Amino acid sequence: MASLGELERSVMEVLWTTDADLSANELRDALALRDEPGRSVATTTVLTVLSRLERKGFVTRTREVRPHRYRALLSREEHTAELMHEVLDRTTDRDAALARFVGTATAGEAATLRRLLDELARS
Amino acid sequence: MLAVSAVLGALAVALAWPVPVALSRAAWPTRAPAAALALWQAIALAGGLSMIGCLLAFGSAPAGSLPAAVAALAPHLFTGPLPAGFGVAQVAALTLAAAVALLLMLNLALTAVRAERERRRQHQLIDLLSDPLPGEPRTRVLAHPVPLAYCVPGIRTATVLTDGLIEALEHDELAAVIAHERTHLDQLHHLVRLAFRAWHSAIPWFPIANRAERAVITLTEMLADDGARRAVGTDALRRALERVGDAGESGAYPESSSGANPDAAMLDARLRRLGVDPSVAERRERDIRSVRAAALAASVALVMVPVVALIAILGIVP
Repeated sequence: MASLGELERSVMEVLWTTDADLSANELRDALALRDEPGRSVATTTVLTVLSRLERKGFVTRTREVRPHRYRALLSREEHTAELMHEVLDRTTDRDAALARFVGTATAGEAATLRRLLDELARS
Repeated sequence: MLAVSAVLGALAVALAWPVPVALSRAAWPTRAPAAALALWQAIALAGGLSMIGCLLAFGSAPAGSLPAAVAALAPHLFTGPLPAGFGVAQVAALTLAAAVALLLMLNLALTAVRAERERRRQHQLIDLLSDPLPGEPRTRVLAHPVPLAYCVPGIRTATVLTDGLIEALEHDELAAVIAHERTHLDQLHHLVRLAFRAWHSAIPWFPIANRAERAVITLTEMLADDGARRAVGTDALRRALERVGDAGESGAYPESSSGANPDAAMLDARLRRLGVDPSVAERRERDIRSVRAAALAASVALVMVPVVALIAILGIVP
């Protein structure tokens, strides 16, 4: 039985690679296809994982239809950009929360980061 | 009581201005970072306690002790008149002491909560976005081309490296980076950084608070560097710092408002102490022993003065 953390990752990978909104049942089937046979998870477990991911701001759901349909709030690249931004940002209390190997952001680092953010904004 | 107040006031002024300025200009802290870090903490703690103690001693002088002063003032504080010996100055001093203590404690709590919230978000993102690095516990790899290494301290810890960093560094350089971050985590550097961050944010207009925080961050980086040297060697660490830090290049993200880049200066100081010739370093190591002992003794003495005074103010010692 996979841990909740591993399941969260698996659910996000499915949602990140799917364009359509998915129901919990469809997600369960997609997970069963990804993993080895015999490791299938129950729909209730998928729902638990989805509500955890929703609380953390990774997943959003459509409530108009039943059953509710879920999709990723942001792409994987956007979340990575968010993480990098939090680590590199000088305006927060970062020094109290994290410790970087080298505090200063180098010119190359800044240029690469700016280019990636631009690409993300265009797509 | 007034003599106690005067002594604590003088100590508070000394620890607020000339002492930290002298320490931040001294050369020995880069050679004895642990002792210097202890001294910085003693200065901050003793400075805060002295300031609060000075006000408490002055305000409670007419009654002889703080509990006696509170007992005398409490029934009359809102109805007046004030009991004999007490004036507006005494009441103001006691109120100010309570306000300063409250401000410092609230700021510490607030900073801790904010840091904890940021760490929780970091863990959430790291869990979903990164993969474990085989063979290194609690070390994760993030798919991103910018070369970056950092650690998330706390009860649950993580060291994060990017693809870009792993690509840019040799194997031993990467080991030095990991050992550096692990030293931060093992020595709980985040706690002392948190305290100085909170102190700085409580009095952001006070230039010494900024200077003290920079000094403390630099010293923790040097201690982490020393951990990496012990684990992997000076040479690998120096190469890693030069490669990642692009030494001498000014930080461009985001543009710093002031002209000088404090991060670049810190990197410079870290690299300089790694470049010292081993034989010179050994001779200096002998010289530094007495400095280190003196710094530790001064740290203990500094904290003892206001603590003993506060015990007297509280009337525990007759």
